[in-house]
Amino acid sequence: MLAESLALSAVLFSIGAIGVLTRRNAIVIFMCVELMLNAVNLTFVALSKVYGMAGQVFVIFVMTVAAAEAAVGLAIIIAIFRHKQTVNLENINLLKG
Amino acid sequence: MPNFFYQVNFYLFGLIAIGSAIAFVTRRSPVAAALWLVNTMFCLAVLYVMLEAQFIGVIQVLVYAGAIMVVFLFVVMLLNLGEPSEIADIRGKWGKLVAALLGIVLLAQVAALSGKRMPEPFIPGTGYDAQAVRDLGAVGSVAQPLFNEYLLAFELTSILLLVAIVGAVVIGRRRQIDAR
Repeated sequence: MLAESLALSAVLFSIGAIGVLTRRNAIVIFMCVELMLNAVNLTFVALSKVYGMAGQVFVIFVMTVAAAEAAVGLAIIIAIFRHKQTVNLENINLLKG
Repeated sequence: MPNFFYQVNFYLFGLIAIGSAIAFVTRRSPVAAALWLVNTMFCLAVLYVMLEAQFIGVIQVLVYAGAIMVVFLFVVMLLNLGEPSEIADIRGKWGKLVAALLGIVLLAQVAALSGKRMPEPFIPGTGYDAQAVRDLGAVGSVAQPLFNEYLLAFELTSILLLVAIVGAVVIGRRRQIDAR
């Protein structure tokens, strides 16, 4: 089941990466990043079977960082929405020069 | 080898997770996408429990599906983004092309690595974590290393959370200059 877990994790990560590259809605892109973090967590849990409990401890840290990232990222999205009235990344191009 | 029932359930929930993830990236409406992502996370929680990481499974449901996704849905509601946008949300052909190439590369890596020698295939109830769960319990087996070897990292995480809370409040609040 270890190989299957790692393969599933890779597939979920790829789907998340494809989502980040193909969507324009900033909130959906954020959720795709969460999916990628989840895929990595699955790898950690599966490998903790073979290499010891450190993997599961690391999953806790990944979840904490994900929570912090979601809080700050969504605050940024709210701030952008207040200025631009949109979360579509096509219209948010201040850094394009 | 694990028994038949275990294998069937593992594949079943794995396939549901992949199907929900595909549905998640293809939905137009952010609310539908978020609910499909919650479904994926529940499937992953089931897999964590089957991999004998019971505590991680519970935390997955409570923190990820329960807290983080509710924050996402809350922001969707707050900004009134529930309707799919009139402009197409999916990027044009270049975005799709790059995404397809990336997907092919990642899956090729998986295929290339799948022939390599894997660590010993596990039987349910064996391995480090199953032994740790038997010795210390589902919570204790995670808490023991967390509060001993990784104590410094744990304390730093609390600082990270504090910074994130303050940052979210500062960024999210309406500025005084705007009000004037």
